[in-house]
Amino acid sequence: MAQYLIQKSSFEGLFNLLKDSGKTVVAPLLRNGKVIYGATERFADIRTDFIQTAQSVKEVAFPRAETLFGYKKEKDSVILKDFDPSDVPEIVVWGVRPCDAMGMIPLKAIFNWDYKDQLFNARMDRITVIGFSCRNADESCFCTSVGGNPGSTEGSDILFTALGDNGDYLAEVMTPKGMAIVEMNGGLFNETHGTAGKEKYLADVPVKFDREKVRERLMAFFTSDVWLEQSLRCLGCGACAFVCPTCACFDIQDEAHGKNGTRIRCWDSCGFSLFTQHTSGHNPREVQSQRWRQRLLHKFSYMPERLTVYGCTGCGRCSRACPADMNILEHLISIQEVQK
Amino acid sequence: MAEFEPKIVAFVCNWCTYAGADLTGTSRIKYATNVRIVRFPCTGRIDYMLLLKAFGEGADGIIVSGCHPNDCHYTSGNFHARRRWIVFRSLMDFMGIDVRRVHFSWVSAAEGAKWADVVNHAVANIRDLGPYDSYKKLAQNTEREISHG
Amino acid sequence: MDELRNKARELLESGAVQMVIGYEQGTGNKTRAVFVEDPVQVPRLIFDSRCVQNLAVYMTKAEVRKKGKPALVASVPVLRSLIQLAYENQIHDESLVVLGVSPDLKLIEFSNLSEIENYLKQYTLEISIRDKEILQKLENMSADERWQYWTTVLEPCFKCYACRAACPLCYCTQCTVEDNRPQWVPVASHPLGNFEWHIMRAMHMAGRCTDCEACANACPIGIPLNLLTKKIVMDMGKSFGDNGPSLTARNPMSTFRPDDKENFIN
Repeated sequence: MAQYLIQKSSFEGLFNLLKDSGKTVVAPLLRNGKVIYGATERFADIRTDFIQTAQSVKEVAFPRAETLFGYKKEKDSVILKDFDPSDVPEIVVWGVRPCDAMGMIPLKAIFNWDYKDQLFNARMDRITVIGFSCRNADESCFCTSVGGNPGSTEGSDILFTALGDNGDYLAEVMTPKGMAIVEMNGGLFNETHGTAGKEKYLADVPVKFDREKVRERLMAFFTSDVWLEQSLRCLGCGACAFVCPTCACFDIQDEAHGKNGTRIRCWDSCGFSLFTQHTSGHNPREVQSQRWRQRLLHKFSYMPERLTVYGCTGCGRCSRACPADMNILEHLISIQEVQK
Repeated sequence: MAEFEPKIVAFVCNWCTYAGADLTGTSRIKYATNVRIVRFPCTGRIDYMLLLKAFGEGADGIIVSGCHPNDCHYTSGNFHARRRWIVFRSLMDFMGIDVRRVHFSWVSAAEGAKWADVVNHAVANIRDLGPYDSYKKLAQNTEREISHG
Repeated sequence: MDELRNKARELLESGAVQMVIGYEQGTGNKTRAVFVEDPVQVPRLIFDSRCVQNLAVYMTKAEVRKKGKPALVASVPVLRSLIQLAYENQIHDESLVVLGVSPDLKLIEFSNLSEIENYLKQYTLEISIRDKEILQKLENMSADERWQYWTTVLEPCFKCYACRAACPLCYCTQCTVEDNRPQWVPVASHPLGNFEWHIMRAMHMAGRCTDCEACANACPIGIPLNLLTKKIVMDMGKSFGDNGPSLTARNPMSTFRPDDKENFIN
């Protein structure tokens, strides 16, 4: 771990050097009035005026639709085109908030739990995360309640923190990948020591609940009415799962066209009514309250139990994206306080 | 380079247009060979999504044809179909699909000559428009990678 | 909105309804649906110009209906959805008590759905100037330009189906996209999957959509679905003289006229 200082005016130069070195730079861009991640070659397109993007950055490692393999039938044989790691581009993700960078950690745990996911790992190997600390937060943010903070370096290869308004940025270089970027662009970075004073430039995100207490209560309240009460307004869409930086449920679809086809992995959501539908017709989670309960327990009970990491980084996207305003922070606080 | 020959899919009803196409053949009328016919009991059975599926599988043009109004073998199937086509054609055009590539007609079982005309006209028309590359490109892109923009 | 709260309290206390579905203050400046069962909770009910979520969607949610007969707070767009739902036999006069709210925020009590239909006659579906401009701009483009527009606009879609979930008229327990023998619409949110989903949903809404914009409001990434719904609503009017939901007039897509006009069938 090393510390440097860099000037805001150097960012464009850094961006151009990264882009010209053959890497694809993915950054927050404005589309349809919302800020979402996309590849860009123009520094001027990068947005910085957002609390959090509408979609998370997990797409760079876990795309919403990716080909597992393709096949083609020819006369007497089948030709397979398997996933080739060398097809994966080198990506630099620019402008990642600490809650998103932290989200890579549960994702890595899920995709390396019992089966080492070749595709995910190949993509992660080729991703460099350039994080930016948060100076602002809103009422949906709660990173500090789930083990994070607006200046956390976890998951970032380099984390930039603005030290006030004079254009000085602290650069904390956390990994060899991050170091490689510094070395490539040495003139822009000036060595410094320590990160003292960083905290006073970070957003204020008060702790809202005790994660461990919530976890204990979750299993104890499995049969409680609280799930129905909380989920009555839930519409059962997949918005929360898809914008979440740690949700990793997927579906596998075969798309065949005559003699050739592909097997595709794509996003799925436990909020969908048919998510747990069996071929027998039985659905163990046939009502929304069961699905809502599952969502919370998965992130705050099953994951820490099985994978030792929690499945939530407090980014608050699910609450902002939800068309029914299912504010997960509110629900977690009420779990902490529920009596029966 | 071989001249482009369009692939046309024709969705036709069994009782009128299909029989009409049969008559074209038995009358030994020569006409363009680019059409692949899909037979339905009635135009009322034609799901509008099938038109998109045809384009998605590589068709350059589509012909949809059935019994004349008031002559439907099932009385009113073609009336329902007509309503559906009015709405769907407008929606397709709104979303930028090239509706010049979709030809609708009423061809009865006695109109062997008309079927040949419909096909020849459609083939010539679509040959001029060229292959439907923009739709093919959409259909072939089965990945969605953020690094692609 | 004291009138509304008093009526809600009265209905709950008399047992005429088991629950009042209305709006309450949500996160930040948002409002959200609230399900009040205890009269003591009635003060949570609010109504102002931010209350646009279409609450009619909850009339087809199993767990909500299981609670018993509800009273539903309904602005004009919600009233339209209720009439369409009634036409489709999803609700009846006895299913709920409707607490109408006029555009100038007055409470209107309806004793049955016919009264609602009558009341709605004074509010024709209007397209805002801003939307008219966008639609005109699209109409003036070439088909190719429109193709570019829609494929670009639909590109960020990740098929969360929030549009479907928020729509009061998408109540199928198994949606067409969930039919998988064969998989009719691709599940994956690649360009074709997105395109087919949106055009198909627009068609399924033809003659049924009441242009409440719940779908566009629900979209987490800001896709202007209201343009698609408006186009469909406009077409229904232009082609078939459809003037919105009715308890008695037949749905334009399930009926026909022998002299329906078109200019493209040879």
